[in-house]
Amino acid sequence: MIKVNVDMNKCQHYGQCVFEAPNIFKLNEDDKLEYVATADDSELGNIEAAIDVCPMQAIFIVD
Amino acid sequence: MSEGVVVVGASMGGLRLAESLRRFGYTGPVRIFGNEGHPPYNRPPLSKDLLSAAEIDFAEVAFPQRSATADVEWNLSAEAVTADLSNQHITISGGEQVSFEHLIIATGLRSKRLGFESFPGERHALRSFEDAKALRSKLGVGSKIVIVGSGFIACEVAATATKLGCEVHIVSPSKSPMDRALGEKLSAVVKLRLEAQGITFHMQATVIELIGSNRLEAVALSDGSTVRCDSLVEAIGSEANCEWLAGNDLDITDGLLCDGSLRAVRASGGSWPNVFGVGDVARFPNPIFDATPRRIEHWNIPTESAKFVGQQIAASYNSIEATVEVFRPLPSFWSDQFDMHIFGLGMSYLADESKLVHGDISGDCVFEFTREGVLVGVVGIGHRSVVQNYRSALER
Repeated sequence: MIKVNVDMNKCQHYGQCVFEAPNIFKLNEDDKLEYVATADDSELGNIEAAIDVCPMQAIFIVD
Repeated sequence: MSEGVVVVGASMGGLRLAESLRRFGYTGPVRIFGNEGHPPYNRPPLSKDLLSAAEIDFAEVAFPQRSATADVEWNLSAEAVTADLSNQHITISGGEQVSFEHLIIATGLRSKRLGFESFPGERHALRSFEDAKALRSKLGVGSKIVIVGSGFIACEVAATATKLGCEVHIVSPSKSPMDRALGEKLSAVVKLRLEAQGITFHMQATVIELIGSNRLEAVALSDGSTVRCDSLVEAIGSEANCEWLAGNDLDITDGLLCDGSLRAVRASGGSWPNVFGVGDVARFPNPIFDATPRRIEHWNIPTESAKFVGQQIAASYNSIEATVEVFRPLPSFWSDQFDMHIFGLGMSYLADESKLVHGDISGDCVFEFTREGVLVGVVGIGHRSVVQNYRSALER
């Protein structure tokens, strides 16, 4: 399993990650980011892509 | 003997290219050369959070590096000075010759500067970490700052400096700030919102003289006025770092001209099969919009172009077909200024018409941009989900 962490002090809720890893990230009705903190290993590529496109570089995989 | 992949440019594009090569199965050597002394870092905070931090810490902006690219060779403070594409080598400052099988040109941009020769100490630009550090030391309560230019970086620096207590003036030949991306109607309203926060605009004006004896004291403007200042920030745009490629049968008039697969176009016809442009140095046609090659200075382009090129190269080494043959990225951009969160998709600046489709123009709102009736861009203040939902309509 992969543990995902988003630094919510950095996150500006742009939602770029949503398109790279839609199973992990979403913008709620208030335009705020929500995410699942544990993901299946098969999501690794998507999560890494989400990390890459985050303008605030706020997404991390926790070891 | 395989010389593998050589990347010139050790910033975000170079890093993402190395990651992409490894992800798509290229296992050979990757050597990266960059003129800055720092490993790759994220530039957007330079005009925002980092510029207002009490202590500027490089760790805040450094990109984390992955184990998959641990064997990549990084050569920092190593500027490429010439290239010989026919003989497949480049020359690094100091004279070292480096051979390549594939060459990636990711040398990015540098800030354009005003022509004045004098007053070097109080004149700033904002492109690198070192630029941000130098400018940060000049921003404090009561400092008088003149910013030349009214694009995104100019307005972000203006917002940050205002929040730090500076007196901020923007001087620009444009009619209203960020008008190229926001369109005439929205930028006119944004100007009012920035003025309400305390920024003074001198629009449709240019700086004609720097005034002062030992230090900068004021700038004289083309409209006849004089603005007192302690520091000058030149945010008048960027130019591509591609002079070092001269003499190689390339078109480097405004960035490196590339074809639809990001291969460098030969001026005499065809393309170099093993030379690619990545990031904002590359001028390429984007079939989402039209056949005109353009440089795109948005943050998502280095990452997307690096992924695309890395896959092409890895596929060629493994004798397989790449899954995507033509590069067609959807540009995206954002900017945070005071309470305004600007977010755009596409190329609003190609539009001949814009229309408010959501919200209220004086507050959070979304504009559609069309060219000859076809949607080419969407820009919102707030309402990020609404903007994001245009993605598939724009990608077509």
